[in-house]
Amino acid sequence: MTERPHLAVIGAGPAGLAATVAAAAHGLRVTLLDSAAQAGGQFYRQPADGLRARRPQALHHQWRTWERLRDALDAHVKAGHVRHLTDHHVWCVERGADGFTVHALLGPEQEEPVSVPADAVLLATGGYEKVLPFPGWTLPGVLTAGGAQAMLKGTLAVSGRTAVVAGTGPLLLPVAAGLAAAGVKVAALVESAGPRAFLRRTGALAAQPGKLAEGAGYAARLARHRVRLLGRHTVVEAHGAERGGSEPQGRSGGEGPSTRRPEGPGTARLSTPAVPGTAGLSTPAAAPGRRTTHMLAAVTVAALDAERRVRPGTQRRIPCDTLAVGHGMLAHTDLAESLGCRLEGTGVRVDDEQRTDVPGVWAAGETTGIGGAALALAEGHIAGRSVAARLHGHAPDPRTWAAAAKTRTRLRAFSAALDAVYAPPAHWAEQITDDTVVCRCEEVTAGAVREAVGELGAGDLRTVKLLTRAGMGWCQGRVCAPAVAGLAGCELTPSRRPFARPVPLGVLAHQHTHPTGRGSS
Amino acid sequence: MTTTPHELAGARPGPAFTVTLDGREIEALPGQTVAAALWAAGVTAWRTTRGEGRPRGIFCGIGVCFDCLVTVNDRPNQRACLVPLRPGDAIRTQEGAGHDD
Repeated sequence: MTERPHLAVIGAGPAGLAATVAAAAHGLRVTLLDSAAQAGGQFYRQPADGLRARRPQALHHQWRTWERLRDALDAHVKAGHVRHLTDHHVWCVERGADGFTVHALLGPEQEEPVSVPADAVLLATGGYEKVLPFPGWTLPGVLTAGGAQAMLKGTLAVSGRTAVVAGTGPLLLPVAAGLAAAGVKVAALVESAGPRAFLRRTGALAAQPGKLAEGAGYAARLARHRVRLLGRHTVVEAHGAERGGSEPQGRSGGEGPSTRRPEGPGTARLSTPAVPGTAGLSTPAAAPGRRTTHMLAAVTVAALDAERRVRPGTQRRIPCDTLAVGHGMLAHTDLAESLGCRLEGTGVRVDDEQRTDVPGVWAAGETTGIGGAALALAEGHIAGRSVAARLHGHAPDPRTWAAAAKTRTRLRAFSAALDAVYAPPAHWAEQITDDTVVCRCEEVTAGAVREAVGELGAGDLRTVKLLTRAGMGWCQGRVCAPAVAGLAGCELTPSRRPFARPVPLGVLAHQHTHPTGRGSS
Repeated sequence: MTTTPHELAGARPGPAFTVTLDGREIEALPGQTVAAALWAAGVTAWRTTRGEGRPRGIFCGIGVCFDCLVTVNDRPNQRACLVPLRPGDAIRTQEGAGHDD
């Protein structure tokens, strides 16, 4: 029997899993590489094995779909057609004369290199959350909505007792519902979109009764937990206070002589050089010497008018120790870009078969544009069938995936309608004070970005980066790019990163010496 | 109607073990990452930034933002949201680039 053609799938979320299952069922050998310890991606992120959760479905939506995917994956692994490589952080896909080499680092240390050869590659690298800055957003206790959810699903952990969930987008509802179910008091869900925006697009939205029911279900759960829904509102500022101490009355921030430049009006003033981590703990290490730090203590929210501008005089303060905030999602496109795949908007451009414009490279799910888990499943299925046919040397018959294609069309229209409904406040960039840190890694302020644009003439992300270092740090601009683009008034363009994650120099040197090194294949 | 994430998910982890944070003992559970154990111990910040010395903890929670960097067993710049804990691990709060303490 001839060896099955070999597909490497990168990412074990809904798209990658659906693709793996479809490809394996149609005669391919599949290597599924994923950075997590278990399959599922972000949407179906599983509690760590060691926690031995008997009811993980309590944290999840559409659990039956997950069970089907998981069981199908297990069956293909058992049959020897799929190899699932967990804790593999892919940093580069190399295209050679006779196929591809996928380069990964073994986690969590990410120092030991592994290479996997493949005849074709399917990119299902998912997305990550976009957060637009506001004064106080760097305070500990402020985290992304998706991050709050990931910590809850993956490690059953919550960061505090009272949370505000804020921003815009369909993710906020499940995040608020999940935190409330897990015993966190959700003081408010602050969504900048208003109900009127939904009514304007009833056509596209009403075509998705399932999705509307899903939203109604979350709303009912939130009502049960008495979560206040503040539609057409926004968080204008987060306030810190000394951990363990009481929040100062009538002031918007911490007290005490500041030895450092305040980051925003009333935020994060450190009364001593901060040694974080031990503050507020009743332990010998924390008590004497009073090592203190500032933590989130409250947020100020304000109403938006019909044009989504902040309405003066509507500010009010909500005490909380956690702010889970997000403004939509962005696609992970690094691997696609370094392969030379063409993008469309901020996602990877694909054809009806989910092929990128680079021969041998397919893409599915959020990496091709944000659309949610159900769309990712449909795209992954189509991609898996397409690769299977192409690697066996014939064109696929699209009729075999007609149902998935129909779902894909429907859900793409739906997500386009959602995009128009969910939007951050108008002129959000103007709300960012000059002393607000925008690039969290390099601590570049909004003022520095404005200066680069206004006085030094920078007109694009790359020039701003060269002048200010915004986007030059650990995260390589993934977090700050939307904010910098907004402040600079330029388009959010994907920045080409040679590697999808930090790579030890020793690994690069080894690649150079052994260009076809094939560690564990 | 108070519940916890562990109750909600019906978690029955194995016995807790001890790790240290700056030399002080804290409890951790099998399956917990550094970040999860620190949150459970009431700690939400464990790094100060290179420039301004600002406190930081979890932000993205999925390994993208690198805000939650921490020193584990003398290896600086580990992402607390990704690194699982083992008995006896020594966690150290990290100041700046983590190479000067």
